[in-house]
Amino acid sequence: MSQLFSKKNKEVFANPLSINNPITVQVLGICSALAVTAKLEPAIVMGLSVTVITAFSNVIISLLRKTIPNRIRIIVQLVVVAALVTIVSEILKAFAYDVSVQLSVYVGLIITNCILMGRLEAFAMQNAPWESFLDGLGNGLGYAKILFIIAFFREILGSGSIFNYNFVDALHLKDFGYLNNGLMILPPMALVVCGCIIWYQRSRNKELQEK
Amino acid sequence: MKALKNYFNKVKPNFEEGGKLHAFRSVFDGMETFLFVPNDTAKTGTNIHDAMDSKRMMSIVVIALVPALLFGMYNVGYQHNLATTAGLDFWGMFFYGFLAVLPKIVVSYVVGLGIEFVVAQWKNEEIHEGFLVSGILIPMIVPVSCPLWILAVATAFAVIFAKEVFGGTGMNIFNVALITRVFLFFAYPSKMSGDAVWVSGDTFFGLGKHLDGLTTATPLGIALSATSSTGYKPFNMDMVYGLIPGSIGETSVIAIAIGALILLFTNIASWKTMLSVFIGGAVMAIGFNQMGLEGNAMAAMPWYEHLALGGFCFGAVFMATDPVTSARTSTGKYIFGFLVGAFAIIIRVLNPGYPEGMMLAILLMNIFAPLIDYYVVQSNITKRAKRIKVNQ
Repeated sequence: MSQLFSKKNKEVFANPLSINNPITVQVLGICSALAVTAKLEPAIVMGLSVTVITAFSNVIISLLRKTIPNRIRIIVQLVVVAALVTIVSEILKAFAYDVSVQLSVYVGLIITNCILMGRLEAFAMQNAPWESFLDGLGNGLGYAKILFIIAFFREILGSGSIFNYNFVDALHLKDFGYLNNGLMILPPMALVVCGCIIWYQRSRNKELQEK
Repeated sequence: MKALKNYFNKVKPNFEEGGKLHAFRSVFDGMETFLFVPNDTAKTGTNIHDAMDSKRMMSIVVIALVPALLFGMYNVGYQHNLATTAGLDFWGMFFYGFLAVLPKIVVSYVVGLGIEFVVAQWKNEEIHEGFLVSGILIPMIVPVSCPLWILAVATAFAVIFAKEVFGGTGMNIFNVALITRVFLFFAYPSKMSGDAVWVSGDTFFGLGKHLDGLTTATPLGIALSATSSTGYKPFNMDMVYGLIPGSIGETSVIAIAIGALILLFTNIASWKTMLSVFIGGAVMAIGFNQMGLEGNAMAAMPWYEHLALGGFCFGAVFMATDPVTSARTSTGKYIFGFLVGAFAIIIRVLNPGYPEGMMLAILLMNIFAPLIDYYVVQSNITKRAKRIKVNQ
């Protein structure tokens, strides 16, 4: 048991959440981070979907890693990811239809998410299933965390609400001349918010700063 | 002046290392160099000094902006008087405009300079002077009814994200004043475009007349919403004088021309950029006239009217010529200016959403300015390399 949660495994899980975050440090998966973060609800669903898919595709590829011929490994990885994405997409359509409509093509586009392919190539092809599972979980949650932060600011400033609860209308802020910031709903501001998170993280972590 | 200099010399020790007001060092430094030419000289190498340093340059740009600003103030009152029949006389109109515009200038300077001071203090640098010009440009390119708090938000955004993150004055890719405007334009479109924002319907300290739901379309707004190709407002001299609704400082061609003369006479702005913006706009407008798009009043508008309306002149004279964000090579300036003018007209004519394209055209070309310079330099290098080969 202690083997399962050794120091190395803890790092495998925890590093992607902080100093090796897929979005803010490796700058992967930016496209979907800009596209689905206008509101909190779709951002969280997207984050969780990616987490589930990364974790399980990592496990499956890790189990198959010794039998996959090297020359067609990308195709095999894609087939596994595509199957998982299809399952998640169908589940969303069945149980959370509204959110799946909001996410539209972006659930399907998880297949092309750079984080997934990156983890499969860089980690799952060389490591045992349990480590791969932790790595996938960590990277997915690291992605979900950043999505949550971006969506939090974008929804508050852009739509004036939190989880679709419109506090601007509830507090009658518009009577005082308050206006929601329309730019926050547009993707450029997601990039600026993401940039601010990177700025904050880099100024806190000395080891991330280039000389 | 002598007394002031003596006073500065007297209080200076307080701000130096170990002095009790050391925390305000950058504020003192900024004020001192604003008023007097710095006294320190380079310690190494050979340097040629001119009396014209960047702070003096900025001051002249501010002076060049004054005619347009004063006229803008008058026009704010004039438009208010026209729309509400408040019965103001000449000075009444001017003071009405003065009272309407002054808070915007104050907000823009306080927010922008405040951020500059904080950053300078934090990074232990001297205060950059770039905001002197941006601070006066910002209130001149917004509609009169733009609320002060959104102006403050936009100014803060522009100074931080368009300037300080790139490394401060002289390092920015985009024109800071235009980033302020583009932020306002996309973030708060109801306060920046449409028919209800261009003429003030409020009273200022009892001056003027309150009128709710006042709407006045700008000539470009009329042309945009027109359904037939002759739906634009015919050209008249008011468009040149500037007695039309629009952003505060942009309406008067004459006042802007005075500013342009000051800038050209003192050699601060490049005539190459300025001229080619106008040529680019005129050529594009004539081209659209010839094409004659069905039902598009913007395309049928004569070229001189295109150049007189909206922010075209203001952008060409004060924004496109910004030495930091425009092209720096001689040939590059012609290309940069021509494309700014051409894109401004293209956006006006072909984009059904925006009546004015000058702001977006300049920002677009700001991105390409380094690329234009790169290719101009490269082509020079290839040309000379060929010449060497021929001579050998």
